[in-house]
Amino acid sequence: MSNEATIEAVADLPVIRITREFDAAPEQVQRAHIDPVLFARWIGPDSRETVIETWDARTGGEWRYTNTNCDGDAQTFFGSFHEVRPGRMVQTFTWAGMPDGVSLDTATFEELPGGRTRLVATSVVDSLESRDAILRSGMDLGMREGYAKLDALLAAGA
Amino acid sequence: MVEKGVGMDDQLSRVFAALSDPIRRDLVARLTAGDASVGELAEPYDVSLQAVSKHLKVLEESGLVSRSRDAQRRPVHLEAEVFDLMTKWIERYRKLAEERYRRLDAVLAELDESESPRREVI
Repeated sequence: MSNEATIEAVADLPVIRITREFDAAPEQVQRAHIDPVLFARWIGPDSRETVIETWDARTGGEWRYTNTNCDGDAQTFFGSFHEVRPGRMVQTFTWAGMPDGVSLDTATFEELPGGRTRLVATSVVDSLESRDAILRSGMDLGMREGYAKLDALLAAGA
Repeated sequence: MVEKGVGMDDQLSRVFAALSDPIRRDLVARLTAGDASVGELAEPYDVSLQAVSKHLKVLEESGLVSRSRDAQRRPVHLEAEVFDLMTKWIERYRKLAEERYRRLDAVLAELDESESPRREVI
């Protein structure tokens, strides 16, 4: 199965794009992005529970949720639904820990033969530094969840 | 997303900052082919040798390249291990996205079982 996500981080642009295919219809994949109960089940990392606090998934609506891990560490994210229509959603995304930072996230749900879907999720931020901070967030999480090899490599190099 | 590995953040920030410049990215790309002297590296650019040296200094401080002390030529060497960190960083981010979308796969599989596909979603 070749559904595995691919990532694009163009060197010169403050953009991250992830492409992923699903064995489900576009309407279903998009519904899992719109329905807060479904969304909360998949968005957070495995180690965290997602609680939706505000969710008005319509053009001009707002959203807010908090991810909590077993140690009680809570991270809140918020933004607006800039546009929600069949096949396309545009949202702003801010991590409350860095309230001045905001990305513009566009998701498109493209129908593929066989009732399948290609999701393209594009995040645009205001600088290369912001983009790198976002990429690094994955690495930070990875560190906490035991990305020991990299840890050792850096310790050796430091 | 918040906590940082001690020391790691600094080095990775320096690596990313070093690679935020197109000439420095080009220098790194060319060094993947092998070591080269400052003169060789400066050749294709329309900038002074001094400017190229400055770029190399930034790369050196980030740990991306090193220069041997002995030979007069002092060839510039790409530290592939540090360069690989970048790739690993991005790959880690990709893997987190893939994990997220596998959870979404599971949610979608359940939707399929509990109902026939619905068309009017929004």
